[in-house]
Amino acid sequence: MHKPLLRLSGLEPFVLTSDIPFVNVGERTNVTGSARFRKLITNRDYAAALDVARDQVENGAQIIDINMDEGLIDSKQAMIEFLNLVAAEPDIARVPIMIDSSKWEVIEAGLQCVQGKPVVNSISLKEGEESFLHQAGLCLAYGAAVVVMAFDEDGQADSFKRKTEICARAYKLLTETVGFPPEDIIFDPNIFAVATGIEEHDNYGVDFIEATRWIRQNLPHCHVSGGVSNLSFSFRGNESVREAMHAVFLYHAIKAGMDMGIVNAGQLAVYDQIDPELREACEDVVLNRAPNAGGTATERLLDVAERFRGGAREEKKRDLAWREWPVEKRLEHALVNGITEFVDQDTEEARLAASKPLDVIEGPLMAGMNVVGDLFGAGKMFLPQVVKSARVMKQAVAVLLPHMEAEKAGGRDSAGRVLMATVKGDVHDIGKNIVGVVLACNNYEIIDLGVMVPPQKILEEAKAHNVDVIGLSGLITPSLDEMVHLATELEREGFDVPLLIGGATTSKVHTAVKISPRYTRNQAIYVTDASRAVGVVSSLLSETQRQGYIDGIRSEYAEVAERHERAERAKTRLPLAAARANAKQIDWTGYEVPEPSFTGAKVIDDWDLAEIASYIDWTPFFQTWELKGVYPRILEDETYGEAARNLFGDAQAMLQQIIGEEWFGPRAVVGFWPANREQDDIRLFTDATRTEPLATLHTLRQQTSKRRDSPNLALADFVAPAGVLDYVGGFVVTAGPEEQALAESFEKAGDDYAAIMVKALADRFAEAMAEMLHERVRRELWGYAPDEAFTPEELIREPYRGIRPAPGYPAQPDHTEKRTLFDLLGAEVATGVELTESMAMWPGSSVSGLYIGHPDAYYFGVAKVERDQVADYAARKGMQLEEAERWLAPILNYRPDEAAAVAAE
Amino acid sequence: MHSFILPPTKTVADLTRAARERILILDGAMGTQIQTLGLDEDDFRGHGGQCCSFHSDHPQKGNNDLLILTQPKAIEDIHYAFAMAGADIVETNTFSSTTIAQADYAMEQAVFDLNVEGARVARRALDRATAEDGRPRWVAGAVGPTNRTASISPDVNDPGYRAVTFDDLRRAYGQQIRGLIAGGADLILIETIFDTLNAKAAIFACFEAFAEHGARLPIMISGTITDASGRTLSGQTPTAFWHSVRHARPFSVGLNCALGADAMRPHLAELAGVADTRICAYPNAGLPNAFGKYDEEPEDTAAKVEVFAREGLVNLVGGCCGTTPEHIRAIAEHVASYAPRQIEETADA
Repeated sequence: MHKPLLRLSGLEPFVLTSDIPFVNVGERTNVTGSARFRKLITNRDYAAALDVARDQVENGAQIIDINMDEGLIDSKQAMIEFLNLVAAEPDIARVPIMIDSSKWEVIEAGLQCVQGKPVVNSISLKEGEESFLHQAGLCLAYGAAVVVMAFDEDGQADSFKRKTEICARAYKLLTETVGFPPEDIIFDPNIFAVATGIEEHDNYGVDFIEATRWIRQNLPHCHVSGGVSNLSFSFRGNESVREAMHAVFLYHAIKAGMDMGIVNAGQLAVYDQIDPELREACEDVVLNRAPNAGGTATERLLDVAERFRGGAREEKKRDLAWREWPVEKRLEHALVNGITEFVDQDTEEARLAASKPLDVIEGPLMAGMNVVGDLFGAGKMFLPQVVKSARVMKQAVAVLLPHMEAEKAGGRDSAGRVLMATVKGDVHDIGKNIVGVVLACNNYEIIDLGVMVPPQKILEEAKAHNVDVIGLSGLITPSLDEMVHLATELEREGFDVPLLIGGATTSKVHTAVKISPRYTRNQAIYVTDASRAVGVVSSLLSETQRQGYIDGIRSEYAEVAERHERAERAKTRLPLAAARANAKQIDWTGYEVPEPSFTGAKVIDDWDLAEIASYIDWTPFFQTWELKGVYPRILEDETYGEAARNLFGDAQAMLQQIIGEEWFGPRAVVGFWPANREQDDIRLFTDATRTEPLATLHTLRQQTSKRRDSPNLALADFVAPAGVLDYVGGFVVTAGPEEQALAESFEKAGDDYAAIMVKALADRFAEAMAEMLHERVRRELWGYAPDEAFTPEELIREPYRGIRPAPGYPAQPDHTEKRTLFDLLGAEVATGVELTESMAMWPGSSVSGLYIGHPDAYYFGVAKVERDQVADYAARKGMQLEEAERWLAPILNYRPDEAAAVAAE
Repeated sequence: MHSFILPPTKTVADLTRAARERILILDGAMGTQIQTLGLDEDDFRGHGGQCCSFHSDHPQKGNNDLLILTQPKAIEDIHYAFAMAGADIVETNTFSSTTIAQADYAMEQAVFDLNVEGARVARRALDRATAEDGRPRWVAGAVGPTNRTASISPDVNDPGYRAVTFDDLRRAYGQQIRGLIAGGADLILIETIFDTLNAKAAIFACFEAFAEHGARLPIMISGTITDASGRTLSGQTPTAFWHSVRHARPFSVGLNCALGADAMRPHLAELAGVADTRICAYPNAGLPNAFGKYDEEPEDTAAKVEVFAREGLVNLVGGCCGTTPEHIRAIAEHVASYAPRQIEETADA
């Protein structure tokens, strides 16, 4: 009589009986799922928000999901207020509530407001068993059923194995340790996007469906749910295809035992009524089948999808409630939400109402940007969103500019004038551009001199514009010396403005030890990331805070420098001879490696942009935007998830354009040469006779004092000595010079967001190409691992044999070795990539390196070197000692200007 | 609060065994018996009689629970009378012994003592009765709804407003339940539930108090269907109500108060159709007349309650407003020959 069924209630009961195949959970009262609802809640228009809930119930929702997770509102308070109001509406309150939040305190507040039996969405093992058991116990004490995400300490489960393992573990804990009724457990084994063009995603649909089947068969009485819209993420904008994908997915998932789900019922096609061709394409994608028509399932669906692109979405119309607001609020809304669509007409309206155009900038536009700045400062907005806001601002200013020039209005009051430049010899500017945009958002006037800026130009422009702050950026190590040089020049020329230092290669230690002492008239300050820039600049320009702030920095840097000196003194370095005596000893007897398929250089030009995209490691992409976390988990991150998803969506959209419209012209060159180690160098030969030397690759050896059994490495150690037939390869890849022109055209159009995006994606393409080419080298071109079969996701962890160290990186910190490599490959002609005077590659989205094939080879850092090695190295390279010291400046463990007495020891 | 796997008290097994054999009898209306005593303000305050160590400037007449401290003998005698009339389970006189309900009399400071002594007074009465006839009897610690609702706004113009929160109730109930356990209550009876959210706070408080106690007492849960709509005051149907409280794994669920037995019957039948635990019913002696008195004679009420038993709807019966020891005696006699409703024994029983 009493089967253990899921029994919920609002004012009326709900029982999930066997004649209900699938419970559709209404998602319109979810601020993360519905833009309209989010706006109503943000604006506290609860009457209209209740109507949304009522409509859902009237349209047959059996459970309504309520989610208030929105960075701009007090989620807990909103949850309480809304649930209390729902309780007063019998026509809504009759159905059970799903209390949905990623924050436990919001969930618990919700649990205290509902008299019925609700569902908690969700808890998981993400934070470990302790927290899971605690929350599960409370859910039981409050009388709630619970959605358990397949998420544990190691992250979100994506494979069948992980999904089922985590669910089984959670089930055991819930039923045996907590005493939770199994019929009140609903597992969410994570629906992820398929057809993303990334091979490792292809099986996500199958993994979910099979995990569902396993869970329903092995974990008695429990249920399976999921958020279906994730599935079709990559087809955003094409609603007909999304609906078809959802319907097809549900058709199979329900058969496997999925009995609940968050689905927009208005966004669901009827399985039988889907066009057969589209249905088959969807099915191939969902079930990861090879299409009959050939190609991959994703390609097939992309082809078919274009023909089914539906009409305009209804949602759009509803979203526009804010268009009724006063113009100032509309501008603020557009700025905060990064909406450019109406900004021209709104700005024009504001201009006509204002006495002069400048008032619009200093009034509503700056007020809006201040809101953005505050939200960013409070961690409620993230970089990609701020950059979008800046795009809106630029567009608005562009509307006003012609009128301002006509009226000859004076310059506006900015908070300060900041000069930004990437130093001579360096081409990397994504970080610099982001800082510029963020400062511009906070009313600073930015004078951006671009990349490869000679010091003289920086000094001239700084004087001409009477700037308040100078910011320098650099990615490669020679740029560090450029910055030191520039600091010296600023001092000599009598400048008295703060100097900001940023970029991947810079550090607080370097700034404190090397730059700050050269510029005593004002202060050099290291800025970790863009989010710090505003605070630093405003402190520096504030009459009241400046001195205290600079004093604080000075004493901090003095301490950093002292600590650094102490630490360096404490490190014992070995003389070069001793380090060599402790070189890595590889037993080369019997070592054989296949001969590469060719000797010399060869251009690789059969690149497919879509295939490259599938090799992209997305984690560094998010880091570029200062969203910290590992892809794909970051998409579900509590703090960054929403920003990350939106950014990823924009990136995917641009990616499709890059691929579809062939924005990039990727090029590569690869070469192999017979090679043998000689001491710390690698000799290359013209041919297999190994009689005629071709070139020498020089390497540097670690001189740190090692523990027993740990060698003092140089890259040469991984190459066989004379007598063994070994080879070394080299490569240069580039996404192509097109990124520069694309970024410039976006910048001209005032779209910094797209400009930064295209550069960030070009960087990812170059890195992905390097990964892809390396794989091809191992399997085919050199061919020492013909049977290797790793997925792109696995490649990220570098499980394969061999390394591809790049000159200028830790294993060989000397950038000038790039010159040798480029000459060997004829790389400038073959790929169009050029080396600047600092040995940076232009265009920036390029990667180069050597190929070393020995199975014991691994990446390491040379770290600091002593004068004896630098002298030896310079002699080997045929360089003056001073020149070698200049290139190796960041890794010298001595001061070249000090007497050489110590080295004699 | 990681685990709800607590050992049951001995009462769980004793009550389960007794309820398997027959329909158990609850007592009748304490308030109705107190009214017959015709007590005045001084009697309530205990002037000249028992000394009450708690003081309040607020008039105490009508604060029936306070009589536990000021007229303990009178209360004990009423309990004794119900016990001798056939009640197996007797409720403490603590319906309003929470800080929230006692705020009306400015008597919040007496709450813990009211509950401890309320349980002790009942225990003494039952021990006297058992000494006479050897039958086991159990003290049910009565937990009332308080006079505030957690899911209904008292202000029609502000439907989102709440006069009391879940946490307020959880704390107040927690104090009451700890007192009842300290005084020796055998089980907890959460009764006259007109807002399920209040009851959920009481259940939560039970979990907390049981965890501290180290053992799980039986919980009885009794809702109130207020009128012909067939719903609780807060709008739930009997089944929805059951789903909301089922996590308490109660010894029984049922209905009391507001309605006479005949009006209660369809709702009780609904509950009996869905609940996988024992069903308990203690209706009023009909509906109140124009003077607030209940007119049903013991035989009338008993005949109607007998219908519940005949239809196999109930495991426990008793009386609410207007029911006297005579009503209880009549009810006990009328249901004696019927088997209790069959239920699937829950694993933890």
